[in-house]
Amino acid sequence: MNPLEIVGSINLIGYGLATLGPALGVAWIFASVINGTARQPEARGAMLSTAWIGFAVVEALAIIAIALAFVFR
Amino acid sequence: MGPGGFSLVPLESGPPQFGVSAFESRPLFPSRAWLDSGGQETVWTDIWLTNHIAQAVIAAGLVIGFWLFVSRRSQVVPGKRQFVGEYLYELVRNGVARSIIGLEYRRYLPYLLALFSFILINNLFGQFFLFMFPTFSKIGFAWGLAAASWILYNGVGIKRYGLIKYLSKMTLPQGVPKPLLILVAPLEFISNFLVRPLTLGLRLFANLFAGHLVIMVFVVGGSWLLWSTKSSSPDYSPIWNVAGGLSILMSFAVFAIELLVGCLQAYIFTVLTAQYVSSSLSEEH
Repeated sequence: MNPLEIVGSINLIGYGLATLGPALGVAWIFASVINGTARQPEARGAMLSTAWIGFAVVEALAIIAIALAFVFR
Repeated sequence: MGPGGFSLVPLESGPPQFGVSAFESRPLFPSRAWLDSGGQETVWTDIWLTNHIAQAVIAAGLVIGFWLFVSRRSQVVPGKRQFVGEYLYELVRNGVARSIIGLEYRRYLPYLLALFSFILINNLFGQFFLFMFPTFSKIGFAWGLAAASWILYNGVGIKRYGLIKYLSKMTLPQGVPKPLLILVAPLEFISNFLVRPLTLGLRLFANLFAGHLVIMVFVVGGSWLLWSTKSSSPDYSPIWNVAGGLSILMSFAVFAIELLVGCLQAYIFTVLTAQYVSSSLSEEH
């Protein structure tokens, strides 16, 4: 037996590709919050609360993808 | 079976396949067998009372104990014990509840604080030597918390607006042209009532499950490379052992990242619950 044989499902590679979109989306959301905070520090609270909703919606894509990566083998 | 279930077990028969047993709950007590009056043998196992259930109950006890301990005999000039308690309390009170829910945050503060500390302690169990397992990497526990938050934010919305008005508020956004509502209303319904609890539970579960799995890849794989390659075997090369040692070292870095992820996920779950409560309470929307 080859001790380093790798056995698994290739759809995890597909999941890896699918995370790229949400990763860029989440990064963009928080980059915008940082940008906005630097420009107008008082508005941080208002921006963050909108950002959390956006974060939840965008990250939902990655989360649904990992669920589907396990469902469809 | 090694400590914390870090061990390799053969899966079924057939070609050599290996899996990790740490995610399987084990009953706390062994099965008991006895003979009843008819001479019939009965075997009884408390299958619901597993090590992971016990871990969650211990975490709940720790949360209650901690907050009782730090809030006992409060004084105007706080001592060390009261200071720690007030510091953590204000973290959730000012950072989450007041800044997100707004004026009426006081009613939801107990739930948010309990939620935050319960998730945090359960996540820290992933690094704690006695359990070595984050409770929420079993998905059932995460569904429980997601369901509690779902009932809370829908419950307060229905209580404030009534069922019909609440449903129309959540599914019919203002300022959308009438014909478009055919498309928008189902999407809003799916997003607000189905995807929200689904992602709330899955986010917590997936982060902790993936983190624990990565730790196990490094620890189990590292120890496998260190110990199971015999120097007498023909394809032996010292590079296996070097890679094993490096991967054990790497596991410490992964543990540190998991510590960060555990705290972050506890915070995000609390923030999103507060956000959902605030969105079902808000007037316009």
